[in-house]
Amino acid sequence: MNIATRALLEVQETTLLATRAFARLFRRPSYTGEMVAQMDAIGVGSLTIILLTGFFTGGVLALQTYPTLKYYGAQDQTGRLVATALVRELGPVLSGLMVAGRVASAIAAELGSMVVSQQIDAMRALGTDPVRKLVAPRLIALLITLPLLTLMADMVGVLGGWVVSTKLYGILSATFMASVWDGLTTKDVVGGFLKALAFAFIIGTVACRQGLRTEGGTVGVGRSTTTAVVMSSILIIVADFFITKALQVILGLPS
Amino acid sequence: MASTDVEVPQPGAPETPPRTGAPNGGAVSEDAAESTFAEVDDRERAVPAIEFRDVHLSFDGRKVLDGLSFKVQKGEAKIILGGSGGGKSTTIKLVLGLLKPDSGRVFVDGEDITDYSEAEMMRVRKKIGMVFQEGALFDSLSVYDNVAYRLHEQGVDEEEVEQEVRRMLRFVNLEDAIDKMPIELSGGMRRRVGIARALVGGPKIVLFDEPTAGLDPPTARTICELAIKLRDLEDVSAIFVTHEMNNVSYLTSEYAVVGEDGDVVFEKEGERLCLTNTKIMMLRHGRTIFSGTDEALHRDEDPYIRGFITGHMKEKERMSV
Repeated sequence: MNIATRALLEVQETTLLATRAFARLFRRPSYTGEMVAQMDAIGVGSLTIILLTGFFTGGVLALQTYPTLKYYGAQDQTGRLVATALVRELGPVLSGLMVAGRVASAIAAELGSMVVSQQIDAMRALGTDPVRKLVAPRLIALLITLPLLTLMADMVGVLGGWVVSTKLYGILSATFMASVWDGLTTKDVVGGFLKALAFAFIIGTVACRQGLRTEGGTVGVGRSTTTAVVMSSILIIVADFFITKALQVILGLPS
Repeated sequence: MASTDVEVPQPGAPETPPRTGAPNGGAVSEDAAESTFAEVDDRERAVPAIEFRDVHLSFDGRKVLDGLSFKVQKGEAKIILGGSGGGKSTTIKLVLGLLKPDSGRVFVDGEDITDYSEAEMMRVRKKIGMVFQEGALFDSLSVYDNVAYRLHEQGVDEEEVEQEVRRMLRFVNLEDAIDKMPIELSGGMRRRVGIARALVGGPKIVLFDEPTAGLDPPTARTICELAIKLRDLEDVSAIFVTHEMNNVSYLTSEYAVVGEDGDVVFEKEGERLCLTNTKIMMLRHGRTIFSGTDEALHRDEDPYIRGFITGHMKEKERMSV
C-alpha cells in the first residue's frame, strides 16, 4: 500500500471508530461511571498544566505586545489584544496541544498495552464491546472537559495579561479590563468553544484508534503513543486554520 | 450419574463422552443405569459443542489455517497440539468470533456463528469461557473485580456477585487473593484468576490458550487438574491448546471423582475406567496432521509427531516447525 492509500484507510478507520462510539452511546449497560472517571482523569488531571500554560501565555502576550502598541500610542488596548488573541486562538490551540500531549499519549499507551496483553480480546470474550466501554467514555469526557479547560485557560490568560500590564507596565486596572470587555464578543467565545470541541474530537478519535491498532508488543505501544501525540497535534494545528477561516465566514468574525 | 468398573465407549453414539462420577461402591443402581441411558440417548448431546468445517484463514498472504475441520463433542476435551505458529491460538479466536475465517464455517453449540455480527457474537460468547495465555487480567481492576467482571456488566446484585466470586476463587484455590491487584500476583496465580474469571456464569464451553506456558511443573499440574475437574465434574466441553507433553499425559490419563468425604480425587486411567472423553488433535501449517487418542498418538510413526513427543527432531524438521 502506498502512503496515500494508507492515509485514506486510516481516516476511514478512525471515522468508523468514532461513528461506532457515538452510535452505541445510549445502549445498555451505560458506562456513566467510566465516563465520570475519565472526566476526572482528563479534565481535573489536566487543570494544573492548563492553568500554568494559560497564565504565562497571557503574561507573555502582554509583555510582547505592550511595547509595539505603545509605539503607536495604543498601549491602552493591551487588554483587548491579549483577550482576543487568547479567546479566539491561543486558548483553544494551546489547551488542545497540551491535552494532546498529556491525554492522547496516556490513552494510546493504555489501550495499546491492553491490546498487547490481550486484555481487549479478554474484554470481548467476556461480552463487552471495547468501543463502548473504552472509546466512548474517553471521547465524551474529552468533548466535555476540553471546552471547559479552554475556558479556564482563557480566564487565567487574561489574568496573566492583567498582572503584567498593571504591575509591570503600570496600565490602570480599569483601563485594562475596559479594553478586554470592549474587544470581546460572544461570537469570539462561541468560536473558541467550537474549536475546543473539534480539537477534543481529534484527540479522542486519533488516540483511541492508535491505541487499539497497536501491534508488535511493547515497541508497538511506544510507536502508537508517539503517533497519537504527533498526529493529533498536527491535525489540531491544521484544523485550526480551516476552522478559523470557516468561522470568519459562518459567524461573521472580523476578517 | 453412574460409575462402573470399566466403561466401554458406545459404538452407537460416536464420540459421545462417557460421564465419570462419584463411585458408590461399584454397584450400579437401576436408577443410575437408567439416567446414564437417558443421557446417552439425549439428542441435544449429539450436537457438537464446537465444529469447524473446512476453515481457511490467512494473514497478509500467509496461510494460518488451511482447511481445518474438527468437532468437539459435548463434555469432550480436545487437546490441540502443535508448534508455535501452527494456528492453535487462531483456532480458539475463531471460536470466540474474535477473528473471522476467510472461508469455511464455524459452529458453536449447533449455531453457525461464521457470519454473526459483533452484537450477535456477544450473546454466543456468554456460553464460552476463555483462559488466555498470560491470564489477560485487567490491570486496573482488583482480583475481585476481574472475576466479577461479567456479573458487574450484567448488573447483578452485589451480594450475589460476591458469593459467586468467592465460590469461583475457592474453585481455583485463591480465595486469599481476593483483594489483591493483578500486578501483585505470580504468573500461576494470574492464570488461576483468569480461569476463575472465565468460569463465572457457568459456561459450558471453556477454551484454554496455552494455560501452562512458562509455569513451574507443580503449578502447571494444578492448572491441568482444574481442567480435568471441569471436564469430569462440571460437564464442560473444552479446547486445551498446549505444546507441553506432560499436560497431555495428565489430561488423557487422569480423571476426577468426588471422594467419599466430598473431596475431589484424581484417579489414574485403567484403575476403574478408560478415558474416552479426551482427544488429541495435532496441527501443523494450519492442517490437521493427527487426530485421535493419546495411545494412537504415541503409536504414530510420523517423524514430526515422534519428534514432537520425544523432543528429538531432525534439523530439517525443526527448521520447519
